[in-house]
Amino acid sequence: MSLLTLTNIHSGYGHIQALKGISITVEQGEIVTLIGSNGAGKSTTLRTISGMMHPSAGQILFDGQDLSRMEPHTIVLAGLGHVPEGRGIFPKLTVRENLEMGAFTVRSPALVQERMASGFELFPRLKERIDQYGGTLSGGEQQMLAIARGLMMGPRLLMLDEPSMGLAPVLVELIFDIVKALNEKGTTILLVEQNALMALSIAHRGYVLQNGEIVLSDTADNLRRNEAVQKAYLGIN
Amino acid sequence: MRPLLAAINFRELLRPLGQLLLFSIGSTLVLSAIVLVLSLCLEQTAVGQHLHSRLSVSLYTYTLVNLPQVVIDGLTIGFVYAAIALGYTMVYGVLEFINFAHSEIFAVGAFVGVEILIALDKTGILRSASLGMAYAYLILAIVMGMAAAGALAVAVERIAYRPLRGAPRLVPLISAIGVSFLLQDVIRLTEGLTTGQFNRIMPTFGNFDRRLNMGRIALGDTSIALGISVKSIIVISAAVLMLVGLNYLVNATRIGKAIRAVAQDRPTASLMGINVNRIISLTFLVGGLLGGAAGVLYALKFTRIDPFVGFFPGLKAFTAAVLGGIGNLTGALLGGIVLGMLETFAGAYLGVFTMGAAGSEYKDIFAFSILILVLIFRPQGLMGNNVGQKA
Repeated sequence: MSLLTLTNIHSGYGHIQALKGISITVEQGEIVTLIGSNGAGKSTTLRTISGMMHPSAGQILFDGQDLSRMEPHTIVLAGLGHVPEGRGIFPKLTVRENLEMGAFTVRSPALVQERMASGFELFPRLKERIDQYGGTLSGGEQQMLAIARGLMMGPRLLMLDEPSMGLAPVLVELIFDIVKALNEKGTTILLVEQNALMALSIAHRGYVLQNGEIVLSDTADNLRRNEAVQKAYLGIN
Repeated sequence: MRPLLAAINFRELLRPLGQLLLFSIGSTLVLSAIVLVLSLCLEQTAVGQHLHSRLSVSLYTYTLVNLPQVVIDGLTIGFVYAAIALGYTMVYGVLEFINFAHSEIFAVGAFVGVEILIALDKTGILRSASLGMAYAYLILAIVMGMAAAGALAVAVERIAYRPLRGAPRLVPLISAIGVSFLLQDVIRLTEGLTTGQFNRIMPTFGNFDRRLNMGRIALGDTSIALGISVKSIIVISAAVLMLVGLNYLVNATRIGKAIRAVAQDRPTASLMGINVNRIISLTFLVGGLLGGAAGVLYALKFTRIDPFVGFFPGLKAFTAAVLGGIGNLTGALLGGIVLGMLETFAGAYLGVFTMGAAGSEYKDIFAFSILILVLIFRPQGLMGNNVGQKA
């Protein structure tokens, strides 16, 4: 059975249907990416999975559990982490406090310390900034903090929304290297990206979203070679 | 014991104590200097002569002699304002919404506390109580007042505010004003039906009305009596205890961090596994507990309460919160102390300085002039920023 299965999900804001019946699966151990242009429904998909919005129709199964009516804070307990678009760093909490908030559901202080230490191993920069307010970090550091914070809850599936947004190319590469390394250590990843080339370079499989519908799904390699995808999303003519 | 001690963040216990001390001493010095300079300036004018012909004492001496009592009264009411102001400011910090029903939460706390003591008084056990038991009864009254006010605050949020969470900001505000009037009349109706009285009087028991004299300071041909009533000590120490406790809760505990996280970014806080609704309820609970305790302390200090008892202290505490910077916990402490001191100084000296033309009944002008001045010149308040920040 797949770790995450979306079946015919409809979701939207008020009268606007942002998702018109999408179906996605993510297998244990994979990196799956959702690519598509602005407003295609990529972030809405993640927001619907993590309970920030409720689907108007369809089913979301995570490890056999139906998430579609659950609230975000209980979905976290089920083992699903969501690093939101724009990073969502608490600007007036320190780096340490931000990380502690990521571990809000973790009861064992020893485990919190252990995860914080491995976060600092991934992003040594954060350790140097440990007592600084989140709002004073640079964009790249905030993205590192957002990912490290997402890992604090020990998620079985980590959803990343546009981790490359607003970052210098060298930082984008660093972030993607780390995402790949995390996956190799066993974290399943659902990645939403506008930077389709980068996303497809580390993903196993991908879905192409357009106007709230899945128009294409294949392995990452095949998508990269697909002419339509190249034209529309990879800037290759 | 050792690990328990190690888990306590002493810095966060000492810091608010230092702040309270600083604010108290600071406002004492500034306001004392102002009235003393004023008294010296007015000494030779009609104001000074008027006082001299009436009491045969110089204006300066009169001002100085009264200072210690004014400062103690000012601090007492200032700490009560600070405790109420924290309720406004916590809720504002988390929801960006002014809970105008908070003044009635305070009033309900006062009524529950006083009614319990009146009931105990009727059975006669208050009068015959030993000193220790008298304190136990007072603590019981405070705790019950807190519990009632806390529960009411949570219920009000659940019933009147939560369903309006997504509505434009004016809507919950109007709902709050409605709840405020409703609660006033519920108190009045309940009191009318059960006791038939409008005013309720805090029973006299224990040693709370005693004055502790701490000697006199000779000053020329007069002397200043130094003393403090037991109830002022109780009010001040209870308020300090609560203020330090709240500061600790918000700055040094896991729940406090969650409150700050919710204040800063509600959707992201929910992605951390924080139950946002529970944290909001908790914020109202904590504000209600403080408000309820402040209500009983207020009744202890001023003795008489009526169903509208919450209105002015509530409005002044709101002013104090705005003065300090609404949403900022330290600001609420500062605003409460400054406002309480200012109005007590005004009440004490306005009469003599104006030759009786404007007496202490005009002291409220000062509180509300401050509100207007702050809103015009420093709308973010003295300390700016909100609860999300460390206090």
